[in-house]
Amino acid sequence: MKKVAVVGYAQHPILQNAGALNEVELIMPVVHQLFADLGICQDDIDFTCSGSCDYLQGAAFAFVEGLSAIQTNPPIKESHVEMDAAWAMYESMLKIQMGDADTALIYGFGKSSPGDLDSIISLQMDPYYISPLWPDRVSLAALQARVLLDQNIITRDQMLAAVIEARVNSKNNKNALITDLIDESEYLDNTMISSPLNKLDCPPISDGSSAMIIASEDKAYEFTDHPIWIEGIDHRIESSNLGSRNLSRSNTLQVSMGQLDLNNIKFDVAELHTQFSHELPFLKSLLNLADVPTNLSGGPLVGNVMMCAGLDAIGKTFESLKENQFKHGLAHATSGPCLQHNMLVHLEKQK
Amino acid sequence: MIQAGVIGVGQTKYDAKRRDVSMAGLVREAIDNAMVAANIEWDAIDAVVLGKAPDMFEGVIMPELYLADAIGAVGKPVLRVHTAGSVGGSTAVIAASHVCSGQFKTILTITFEKQSESNATWALSPRYPFSPHINAGAGGYFAPFMREYIRRYEAPEHIGWKVAAKDRQNALKNPLAHLHIPGIDEKMVSDTPMLWDPLRYLESCPSSDGACAMVITSQDQVGSRNVAWIKGMAVRSEGTLSAGRDEVNPQAGIDCAQDIYKQAGITNPFNEIDCAEIYVPFSWYEPMWLENLGFCDLGEGWKLTDRDATAIDGEIPFNMSGGVLSSNPIGASGMIRFGEAALQVMGLAEDHQVEDAKVAMGHAYGGAAQFFAMWIVSSSLD
Repeated sequence: MKKVAVVGYAQHPILQNAGALNEVELIMPVVHQLFADLGICQDDIDFTCSGSCDYLQGAAFAFVEGLSAIQTNPPIKESHVEMDAAWAMYESMLKIQMGDADTALIYGFGKSSPGDLDSIISLQMDPYYISPLWPDRVSLAALQARVLLDQNIITRDQMLAAVIEARVNSKNNKNALITDLIDESEYLDNTMISSPLNKLDCPPISDGSSAMIIASEDKAYEFTDHPIWIEGIDHRIESSNLGSRNLSRSNTLQVSMGQLDLNNIKFDVAELHTQFSHELPFLKSLLNLADVPTNLSGGPLVGNVMMCAGLDAIGKTFESLKENQFKHGLAHATSGPCLQHNMLVHLEKQK
Repeated sequence: MIQAGVIGVGQTKYDAKRRDVSMAGLVREAIDNAMVAANIEWDAIDAVVLGKAPDMFEGVIMPELYLADAIGAVGKPVLRVHTAGSVGGSTAVIAASHVCSGQFKTILTITFEKQSESNATWALSPRYPFSPHINAGAGGYFAPFMREYIRRYEAPEHIGWKVAAKDRQNALKNPLAHLHIPGIDEKMVSDTPMLWDPLRYLESCPSSDGACAMVITSQDQVGSRNVAWIKGMAVRSEGTLSAGRDEVNPQAGIDCAQDIYKQAGITNPFNEIDCAEIYVPFSWYEPMWLENLGFCDLGEGWKLTDRDATAIDGEIPFNMSGGVLSSNPIGASGMIRFGEAALQVMGLAEDHQVEDAKVAMGHAYGGAAQFFAMWIVSSSLD
């Protein structure tokens, strides 16, 4: 299999409300920062792929507007996934592996502030039987949290720790939206939204964008002496029928772990797309990451840009490997209610 | 590069309102047909690639989540593509890319639209902040491009009627087509009301419910199956607005076509391609794409149409299935072009088969005529 490396990543400061800044104005700064960092321009990019969700903008074809952020004259090889941009990276990787490209630009963007995210996300469910009930994203996540607590797979204290540590770790992330520290009493005094999840167990409504550049083996060394390789990658989806899923485990993540030979790798760092506090101890346990520093960026609890947060997990893992004496990093991206669709990415820095 | 081919194409019956099926039932109908055609079991499917146009057309966000079970993706990788009207084509390209990357052997790809669940013209006419609100739908958006084509090349009015009648006559040979209009001819088209000058009612595509699926596999998995080999595939995009952009003859379309011809070793598409399924949602796009895709020189496209070169028994048959003018489940419309091209070279197009078709082209476009996806399929690997 042809090797593919991550060679650059940039993230917009995560905003609570980007106001009149439109998607183009959010995307342009990160793309241009990446180009400047690597000393390249759009002409050096063979394939471009983005991830976004029309419904966040409230307009069909909203991604077409996003394309105005990059140079498309002359025309480019380009595609778009209506998914988190982590999957745009996946598609780009396939293009490099098939030999259709040596470099790829990936970007994702999302503005959750203008709409009502709870109502919007409820439209991802079965449109005939479930969506008419308007199940909001917090209540759906709470179903899984309740199962995990009732079966003693995680504890309340672990959820508390996830919230407190996320804020402590936000100091490592210059783009974090939430940076103030809290203590146990503040956590316990917080408003319950959907039992057992209180407001602090949930990610903040966030606006932002991110971009990444990946490259083939030949090309990667033109950018850096120490490329960070995509050593393994796997993603799989579970049933849409929550009643048929065992929410206390994840069969698909087990399969992906096997594909990546995860149990035989000693990870130095992990970034998980855990939007709700209970998901962090659950996935850490599932992925055997008990002793692995996880979400040093603070993770989604300190800034959760829809359609980017998965790509950000890969980007933050890349940054950790690049800046530290780390060798192996694990990134996780997810989509759908109760961790329905999961991607695992094993990044490796070869000394 | 790893060689990939189509071993099964499955379609639904296209109709204005498929009230007999849910969205899940609709996609499954096409998938079941593709799986049977490919003579393959579910265990052999390594991943599923789903494409459709905007989620607002049905009101379901990221429908691969809801449809995971119906599309047979549970436990497997699934990717959701959305590249505007070209999506059916680009989804096929991405599905084939899964195989050509070497990561996967066999891919199921599915595209659909169930337009009866919503209203496409409403969904296509959003109010963007700080922008004028153009409540035009697609026909109103493209009409000025067609008027400009007519002005440039002094094309006579009846060319549009001719394309509309020819594609609907072809549709009468395709039992799956949405529109079956007995006795359709130029006169009938020209008698219908003007919608967006120069387009009359019957010169526009319908709104359809439907789905199209394909099974694409690598050379080493083909066995003794009937295969449409993918000899070239590409996508191109250009911005909606940029200085010097020619909306009538977009550079992205030219580049995309030249890319696939080069991959397939085609130097004269008019002579070397036996038939083509080209995305013609409005009648005038047939002559416009004939030129854009290099089947003739600029200004000559309408003359090819006029002398019946694009008829099913013509020199370069276009849209033997009836085309987008006869069935338009938007998200699937591109894949239907790609799949019908495959059926032609597999010899499976039944009553709308072009005799002895060996090399066929599939084409899709979208957005403001700015997103393109194309492929060339062949009955032989050489």
